[in-house]
Amino acid sequence: MPKITINNKDIEFKDGMTVLQACELAGVEIPRFCYHERLSIAGNCRMCLVEMEKSAKPIASCAMPATEGMNIKTNTQMVEKARKGVMEFLLTNHPLDCPVCDQGGECDLQDQSLYYGFDKSRFKENKREVKDKHMGSLIKTQMTRCIHCTRCIRFSTEIAGVPELGAIGRGENMEITTYLEHSMESELSANVIDLCPVGALTSKPYAFKARPWELKKTESIDVMDAVASNIRVDSYGWEVKRILPRLNNNINEEWISDKTRYACDGLLKQRLDKPYKRENGKLTECTWDEAIDLISSKIKETNPKTIAGHIGDMASMETINSFKNLLNSIGANNYEFREKPFYINPKNKINYIFNSSINGIEKCDLLLLVGANPRHEATMLNARIRKSFVNKKLPIYSIGDSGNLTYDYKIIGEKTEDIKKLIEGENEISRKILNAKYPIVIIGESALELKSGEFILEGIKDFLFKNNFITEQWNAFNILIQNASTVGAIDLNFLDIDKKNNFNFFDKLNKNQFDLLYLVGSDNLDFVKKNEFIVYQGSHGDRMTQIADVIIPSPAYTEQDGLFINLEGRLQQCIKATYPPGNSLEDWKVFNLLNKRLTNKELFKNFHQLRQETLKQVKNHSDFNLLPKTKIKELQQKSGEFKYPFLGSLRSADQRVSYIDEFITIKEVDYYFSNSIARASKTMSNCRAERSKSFKNKTGS
Amino acid sequence: MLKEEDKIFKNLYNNLGSSLEDSLKRDDWSNTKELISKGREWIINEIKTSELKGRGGAGFPTALKWSFAPKKIGSRPHYLVINADESEPGTCKDRDVIRFEPQKLIEGCLISAFAVNAHTCYIYIRGEFFNEGAKLQEAINEAYEKKFLGKNACGSGWDFDIHIHFGAGAYICGEETALLESLEGNKGQPRSKPPFPALVGLYGCPTIVNNVETIAVVPTILRRGGKWFASIGRPKNTGTKIFCISGNVNSPCNVEEEMGIPLKELIEKHAGGVIGGWKNLQAVIPGGSSMPLLPRETCETIKMDFDYLIAVKSGLGTAGVVVINKDADIIKCMARISRFYKHESCGQCTPCREGSGWMWRILERVVKGDATHKDIDLLSDVTKQIEGHTICAFGEGSAWPVQGLLRHFRKEIEKRCFAEPVIKKKRKIPYLIDQHLLESKNAKNYDKQ
Amino acid sequence: MTLKKVHDKQPEKFEFTKENLELAKNILEKYPKNQKKSAVMPLLYLAQNQNNNWIPLAALKYIGKFLSMPYINVYEVATFYTMYNLAPVGKYFIQVCTTSPCLLRGANEIVKTCQKKISKNESDISENGLCSWTEVECLGACVNAPIIQVNKDYYEDLDQKSTEKILDGFMNDKPLQFGSFRNRKSTAPEKIKSKLNGAEDA
Repeated sequence: MPKITINNKDIEFKDGMTVLQACELAGVEIPRFCYHERLSIAGNCRMCLVEMEKSAKPIASCAMPATEGMNIKTNTQMVEKARKGVMEFLLTNHPLDCPVCDQGGECDLQDQSLYYGFDKSRFKENKREVKDKHMGSLIKTQMTRCIHCTRCIRFSTEIAGVPELGAIGRGENMEITTYLEHSMESELSANVIDLCPVGALTSKPYAFKARPWELKKTESIDVMDAVASNIRVDSYGWEVKRILPRLNNNINEEWISDKTRYACDGLLKQRLDKPYKRENGKLTECTWDEAIDLISSKIKETNPKTIAGHIGDMASMETINSFKNLLNSIGANNYEFREKPFYINPKNKINYIFNSSINGIEKCDLLLLVGANPRHEATMLNARIRKSFVNKKLPIYSIGDSGNLTYDYKIIGEKTEDIKKLIEGENEISRKILNAKYPIVIIGESALELKSGEFILEGIKDFLFKNNFITEQWNAFNILIQNASTVGAIDLNFLDIDKKNNFNFFDKLNKNQFDLLYLVGSDNLDFVKKNEFIVYQGSHGDRMTQIADVIIPSPAYTEQDGLFINLEGRLQQCIKATYPPGNSLEDWKVFNLLNKRLTNKELFKNFHQLRQETLKQVKNHSDFNLLPKTKIKELQQKSGEFKYPFLGSLRSADQRVSYIDEFITIKEVDYYFSNSIARASKTMSNCRAERSKSFKNKTGS
Repeated sequence: MLKEEDKIFKNLYNNLGSSLEDSLKRDDWSNTKELISKGREWIINEIKTSELKGRGGAGFPTALKWSFAPKKIGSRPHYLVINADESEPGTCKDRDVIRFEPQKLIEGCLISAFAVNAHTCYIYIRGEFFNEGAKLQEAINEAYEKKFLGKNACGSGWDFDIHIHFGAGAYICGEETALLESLEGNKGQPRSKPPFPALVGLYGCPTIVNNVETIAVVPTILRRGGKWFASIGRPKNTGTKIFCISGNVNSPCNVEEEMGIPLKELIEKHAGGVIGGWKNLQAVIPGGSSMPLLPRETCETIKMDFDYLIAVKSGLGTAGVVVINKDADIIKCMARISRFYKHESCGQCTPCREGSGWMWRILERVVKGDATHKDIDLLSDVTKQIEGHTICAFGEGSAWPVQGLLRHFRKEIEKRCFAEPVIKKKRKIPYLIDQHLLESKNAKNYDKQ
Repeated sequence: MTLKKVHDKQPEKFEFTKENLELAKNILEKYPKNQKKSAVMPLLYLAQNQNNNWIPLAALKYIGKFLSMPYINVYEVATFYTMYNLAPVGKYFIQVCTTSPCLLRGANEIVKTCQKKISKNESDISENGLCSWTEVECLGACVNAPIIQVNKDYYEDLDQKSTEKILDGFMNDKPLQFGSFRNRKSTAPEKIKSKLNGAEDA
């Protein structure tokens, strides 16, 4: 490895590193504003100047590639003078309104001026005033504070893929702006708030809510989608004030989606804080005893075969497991987690996870979407696809029109026939996949909802297996799961399918064959109520509370511990950050209570026991935060997993997999309104309104 | 003084006609094919012998620059880009080359492009030079008609195309990487170096950027030999150069002269002398507005070439000589130059964006008499905080003229700074405002008075 | 450079005329096929010429689409360079160079003349709607200072009197021939009496 001398210390560095990175290796911190690890290098703030031997001028360490034998000094007078000079320039036109600035306490400029700032200003002229820009309901702007580092511009063009920010004008009058003064059309837009080193872009919903040092910080994970981005929950008292991203290079890097970040005000609204029961068609408050009595007596008088349970999109594995235990204990076996009937194959873990892993997207050399819109279904995963698209011009194809993603892709077909041809190896895309080294095929839930859902999943899997794309080294087969609870629920086998029918629950539900329906945080189920007695247990007064007969309040995801498995099969913990309002009970405690009432036995002694039993059921479990073990070899030996030759099995009458030539429509996810927390959030509904407005404007003009 | 026959730009004043036919009479295109057939090595070597330095301001040895281009065309094509974005105040030489000697430029382009393996050349002309650009386009069209350009240009076996690209009013686009950005359809904001354009330039391809005058002298050098060119002037400062003499002289003009001509001779013989006589001379900016000015005493003896001027802490730059006589307000004049830099700063990097405006504002206050003695040191600090800390040389370009002013005319400035301290005028300064001034020396002095 | 003002009354639509479309296609041919963006500057000129010497926002959008580049980038380019007018200017757009070499030779007088003859403030269009003026930075003809540029032409070697004449010409829609106003041949030295002065002092 090449060597570089930093402050008289020899350090080995990797080729391609910049001087700044090499300095970090040496443990020397370099101040910076414009430089950011994940953005292209601008080199414009000039804060990172260091002295290089044989160079008369100090050099910008962020932009200078490190080379063998360089001699860098960061602690000389020249460096200090240069940095102090730059700092003075930055502060000349900066308003110094820290006392009223939301960035105060976590402001790079504030921090660095402590080391490089003068104690008094020599700038006697009038300061520049810049008009504030309208950037939608998430980003509050105070552009006079801007120091023109252009991080936000680079983020929007490079990472978000929506080049809507720019610097107009030039010289000291250069201004950062969006053009039409509307919100950024990106689900990642609010990350610019974290990126902004000063208080020019701050969070609008969080404006003047709290100072960073007053907040309790809890490291947790997000449950708005199945990606399970790593987050930090900042709370004050019981209120969640804001949610920030937490670095996890395997999942969300250091970004999160706007929904993850801003649905949190939904945690304060529409909350269920007491049990309710319906009397004479009206919901009235009741005590816990009354509620538990009512439910247990209903359960007792109902035939267990007509009792069904459904869990929602944000349920933790412990909730699911304890719920399943309760249902089993009363003899009910109709339970489901799916919100719409899409085909699943729970036999093996590779059938329902994103096997290539999110990191694998950066390795892949061809990507095919089948009935998926990753932008809305898994925003952070989409950002990774874009990263690969930008960095290595990843060719991306889609079967089905995925709408506006944040990168270019080619639609190569919109019918199941195109998938059939692919499986048969007859069309161009099959050849392209065969020629690729690390292809990725992503099947969306929309595709699995089709009548040919099973055909698509099994067929593509067999095609890939046959051509050695499902191996220990590389697994090209991916399902794009939308809900945080899904993978965990499948692992826990919380579903009701048999060999003949994948959709038992839905059939019975639609035929109104259930007498008692117990919903746990489940608001997205689509059915027409007839005579069912509905128990709703959840955190928010949302769609299902309107038709519920009994309501049990329970905590939201920031208010109880829980395990979640994300779409790539990574097991992670959601940590309790605050406590729920009113007198809610944690889900598993409710089930314990009910079971005790019904059978005089507790399901679990304590939460620890529940967690241990839940962990036992995680399939292919390796460890927390890691990908599951791959067990492809075992699969190969076991017959039945792969129907190879699949097309032969198509023809044999007993194993016929239904195939219908049909049009693939990718169901639009109502992105800002996809779950009960988001629906309760004012910020999300503002975003939704803005987006539909700008959509109208676009089509109108 | 340069002999008439040694002048390269014989049609500098358009006495002989600028059309292709007229140019042919002046030996343009006479043996281009032969020159090219001698090969790359030979061409670069001749230029090396001639010690030609870039005429655009930085004075970088041309042969050395060319030698940075990869020797063979790899997967990416090479480009030659001609910098005709002449905007340095005091400089107007390229305009005349484009207008009156376009064939020299075009022929130079072909030969230089061959030397650096480029098949395509872009000439980036400043947008204001619309008529000049049109003339150049005409000349290019003529050259195409004669098959001097295009496929197998001039029978050399080298395919070569020239395109003109107009700028649109941005001085910074004269910086080579800003020029490339502009040519790529972006804002003209300079790139960080390394990588240098010779390896990663236009569209990420190896690119050589040269000034108009540099390229236009290439054919003549090759024709008459590098040694001939090197024999004019002194070592490392060779050849002829177009000087532009403007400002307070009786007869401002462009003139081609040998390197190292005494400044006094240039002004007296060619530009008709300083208005009001040599005694009335106050200062001279020797190389375009970016170069520090020289006071009269220095002007007396100084010779105009790269090294002489560096020795007196200035530079030859573009050889745009601006003469300022004692009738003019030198501070006002330099404040105007500062305003120019404030106006033209691209705004990309901090020191230049914030510093150029600050310098101008302080100078304006000096002009109006609103400045204090403290401001002089502040001004000096600001120039030093800009210099050397920016992405491109614009930082130096904006700081040096002010430094020059401070170096040579500090007394003049001090005379104008009588507005101190602020407290003196406004006794009723509200509490909390400018309290620190109470500590300052000036305030104490005032108290004693 | 202060930020350019965008005109408040904007036309709804902009499209290149047939001839300009043809020209635009020719311009595109100058640049490599995958580098269409390079043509943004010439196309902005084309739009400016087509639309009475100023560029409406609709044209920026149109050019963005034409070159498949983001609108914001076109907007950035149009505001970065001074020669793109985002608000209407006079039929005769008079640009007075006031940088030092011109200043030394009396550019201030010319500015005053403009204020007197055309409009008090920079960028305001004269009452008869024909002219507007603005101060610009160095026009690159310092030897012929002071100078003004009107649309595409340089009027050189001016003084107050000749400027008045020139401006009168524009205000009456009868432009004078551009070039030197001291009957001087391009940038050649003039043989004038001053030569004597110089000799005396030397």
